Amino acid sequence: MNQFLQSLPDTLVQGLAIGMMYALIALGYTLVYGILELINFAHGDVFMLGGLFSWAALQHFFGAQIGANYGVLGGGTLVMAIILAFLIATVSCGGVGFVIERFAYRPLRNAPKLAPLVTAIGVSFIIENAVLVWQTGTGNMELTYPSLINQQIIPVLGLHIPSKAIIVFVTAPILMVGLLYLVGNTRMGKAMRATAQDQEAARMMGIDVNRVISFTFIVGSVLAGCAGVIYALYYNSIDYSVGFLAGLKAFTAAVLGGIGNIRGAMLGGLLVGEVESIVDSIDASQGVGLQWAEPAVFLVLMCVLIFRPTGLLGAQVVDKA
Amino acid sequence: MTMLQFNGVHTYYGPIHVLKGVNYRVEEGEIVCLLGANGAGKTTTMKTILGLVRPTEGTVVFKGQEIGKMTPSQVVKAGIAPVPEGRRVFSRMSVSENLELGAYVRSDHKAIADDMSRVFDLFPRLKERRKQLAGLMSGGEQQMLAIGRAMMARPTLLIMDEPSMGLSPIFVERVFDTVQSINKQGVTIFMVEQNANMALTIANRGYVLQNGEVVLENDAASLLQSELVRKTYLGEAIEVS
Repeated sequence: MNQFLQSLPDTLVQGLAIGMMYALIALGYTLVYGILELINFAHGDVFMLGGLFSWAALQHFFGAQIGANYGVLGGGTLVMAIILAFLIATVSCGGVGFVIERFAYRPLRNAPKLAPLVTAIGVSFIIENAVLVWQTGTGNMELTYPSLINQQIIPVLGLHIPSKAIIVFVTAPILMVGLLYLVGNTRMGKAMRATAQDQEAARMMGIDVNRVISFTFIVGSVLAGCAGVIYALYYNSIDYSVGFLAGLKAFTAAVLGGIGNIRGAMLGGLLVGEVESIVDSIDASQGVGLQWAEPAVFLVLMCVLIFRPTGLLGAQVVDKA
Repeated sequence: MTMLQFNGVHTYYGPIHVLKGVNYRVEEGEIVCLLGANGAGKTTTMKTILGLVRPTEGTVVFKGQEIGKMTPSQVVKAGIAPVPEGRRVFSRMSVSENLELGAYVRSDHKAIADDMSRVFDLFPRLKERRKQLAGLMSGGEQQMLAIGRAMMARPTLLIMDEPSMGLSPIFVERVFDTVQSINKQGVTIFMVEQNANMALTIANRGYVLQNGEVVLENDAASLLQSELVRKTYLGEAIEVS
């Protein structure tokens, strides 16, 4: 117990790092749900693709240096590699998100709600299995993701912060603040909120709802793709299957915070990360085990939903005036 | 100049035949009122103008341009703005954000700012509450916002669907006063209204719609005198002989 308490501050720091990652994914679920009331089950796989595509780009452009330096780069090369990883994830995942909406969901826009839901599950399987086929075909069953930065512990105010967490602490807040600005202050953000609240009234204002929906999928997918890069850098591996569980936990985070609510998704993500990290740290002292992390997350979800069925910050259900 | 014209327009909602070959004509500068019972096709008329419902037959012409196949976005750009039934303000957005959305299709930022202060002059209440969420305002205030929002599009034709619905008598009067003053600024108005008495008092002409067909059309004063309107919409007792 002592050991658990002693390491608690560090545990919370780690929880914050993975929580921010979950939050980034959760935002995509919540944005899409807010507008279409659709749970985009393929979203976790877009997250996975962010890690995968950036892995491919890093191998292609920095393969030689990465190989020679055990995955670690320095100076300008490091900055370039990180920018490249996020850029590739942004462009490719944004594109994937656009294509999924345009060709899988849009034709079902007026169909009963179950149709797009089942389609989403189908898209998820298609992406996962396509990547699996590629992985088996090329013999890349275990993709080691380069750590890029030197793995070390940085002491800050008595805390021990792993260097890999620094990337999360820099990128995730930028993305989140950027999203809040986009949704809160820009013309497109206002169109997104208007469409989420009353789609027909939004059309009456001359808002091109199809464009808004496409844009929403792109934004959500970009955030997920960036989270994929963060995940891969943090855990130094990526494969076809990681999107499922991470996606499920991020979805839980979105529901926990109140689905459709942007700040709720951020809060939910952080909570899920902390719960997971805390349960994981009990492992060391009490032998409870990481296998309890997921049950604990869902236990928290159930407890919250019993008392607050719409999540912590409240679901943004369209209120008819 | 003819502002808006329906030429033999038919529309369907799924299998339901709503408008059955209607003809309307709204001249520039007029206030034209559309009367009819629930389900007669009034709201469908409004949605057809906006491009939310497509005519299967017939044409909708706005200032000489066929708009029946346009998207709502193109229709609003062409100069038509709606005050929808039930106001439909964006309740979780502020008053000023709602007004900005009214000007969504415009990009002349300077003129948009001018128009917003003009709306605030027209409705000082909205100015006081510009930071407030629209959903927290009273029905009457929301109706002012819905009208102000439509004005932000700088429309030449304002289409209003039941602007007095659910409002207290004081607000009803204010809404009709506002409609008249907007009209005096040169905006043509095509209005659906249950409150036939008030509507016909300010209108130039009117149409009576029944089961998707125009059964009566005349100048407003004559409509007020007509037996059909008096019995059906002004609540006069029907004499049983």
